[in-house]
Amino acid sequence: MATTTRRRSVELPEHPDFLWTAKVAPKKVYDVIIIGGGGHGLSTAYYLAKNHGITNIAVLEKGWLAGGNMARNTTVIRSNYLWDESAGIYEHSLKLWENLEDEVGYEMFFSQRGVMSLAHSVSDLRAKARNYHANKINDIDSEWLTPEQVKEIAPIVNINPDVRYPVLGATYQPRGGIAKHDWVAWGYAKAAADLGVDIIQGCEVTGFDIRDGKVHGVKTNLGPIAAHKVGMVAAGHSSVLANLAGFDIPIQSRPLQALVSELLEQVHNTVIMSGMVHVYVSQAHKGELVMGAGTDAFNSYAQRGGFHVIEHQLAAAIELFPIFERAHLLRTWGGIVDISPDASPIIGHTPVDNLFINTGWGTGGFKATPASGWTMAHTIATGEPHELNAPFSLDRFITGHLIDEHGAAGVAH
Amino acid sequence: MLHIPCPYCGPRDETEFHYGAGANIFYPEPTTATDEEWSKFVFIRENPKGWHAERWVHSAGCRRWFNVWRNTITHEFGPTYKPFTEQPKRPV
Repeated sequence: MATTTRRRSVELPEHPDFLWTAKVAPKKVYDVIIIGGGGHGLSTAYYLAKNHGITNIAVLEKGWLAGGNMARNTTVIRSNYLWDESAGIYEHSLKLWENLEDEVGYEMFFSQRGVMSLAHSVSDLRAKARNYHANKINDIDSEWLTPEQVKEIAPIVNINPDVRYPVLGATYQPRGGIAKHDWVAWGYAKAAADLGVDIIQGCEVTGFDIRDGKVHGVKTNLGPIAAHKVGMVAAGHSSVLANLAGFDIPIQSRPLQALVSELLEQVHNTVIMSGMVHVYVSQAHKGELVMGAGTDAFNSYAQRGGFHVIEHQLAAAIELFPIFERAHLLRTWGGIVDISPDASPIIGHTPVDNLFINTGWGTGGFKATPASGWTMAHTIATGEPHELNAPFSLDRFITGHLIDEHGAAGVAH
Repeated sequence: MLHIPCPYCGPRDETEFHYGAGANIFYPEPTTATDEEWSKFVFIRENPKGWHAERWVHSAGCRRWFNVWRNTITHEFGPTYKPFTEQPKRPV
């Protein structure tokens, strides 16, 4: 059996053969059922066990562990959002990331290589400047870069003013970076399983046992399972689950695509995003350029998107990074993301008692994996939201207290 | 890329169109609607896994809006219909 190492190298260490008990038959009753075995579901289970001492938990995953958006994102981590509410939860997440590998005892290739966000027009510059100052007020590390400073940090960026969308400036968060998404999922799964959490794969929720406005369990393809409390953490399938439970949520499911190049020498040691031309790029530890595109315009559950979206993205990428021109595309894929009206998540109560929801992370949920689970666990365990997720309630779409992060969320994943 | 059946022009590439999300959304009675009803009108749209009644506009063609059934799993298109006309039955 191979073991993991703490050494950082281009060659990834082998996983151990077994990180958690793979084949678990569900018990008849649990204290808490988490629907969805992705990053957020696993982190919710882990923090329920670790922070709140609730260990009689099942994580139900209809496919295989972390095979949804957790396997399909571009792993960008940052916390430089515009509004105070977002700064609170995303910065808490970044602080958890900074200690996460030691805490769960598992390598995640968390690399704080910085995240840069380019501005290409006067209005873009003003929006970025506003965001930069908002970050300063919220004590989030943020730097303002001139095009020459952009070039110093990332020499491969084309800062020639004579292009369609010239680089006019940028914001930079040095503590931002990337991690290795599957290792993050395995780390949380292992740590949760070690604390007694049952991870049940191939278990699809097909209905809820709701009596007198209160949830008492779920129906699944493996039979009914009773639970005192249930948390829905199903990303793109959240609407399907909410409808099974008898209520509507303001979520639209859309395809979001990403791609990787063949393995190349290390040329790009930070993360660069451009909301205006709609591309973001990092280079993985093994050498692939990892790029994300925008969402397709229409609702879909098909986990694939249109090629014209990728074409648009690559046209922008090649103008910004001429060195990529002859790189070969290795693989493209799509995930189904849960888009909310204000580009902010929903974490909290539902109209059904003891049934909680965590959704709406849209195009940028990976970075929030730790804080999402942390606050969801608090909400489930205590029955009340944590102060960090209280503003992200489902009823904000009735009260009107929206948290509009369309600018800061942008294409930033 | 979707191949979208514009009822006025015939099938065209998706890049000629813009998406208008869910169809058959009706303005609530403004003097009596509650906050919940306004919230539903502004923010809640169906998001089914399967057949979805939705709006498209043929921006780079006839520039007209139409409604159509489309399957969100297979991306197959069903019958189209004009706004404010009777909705054809959900395909099976």
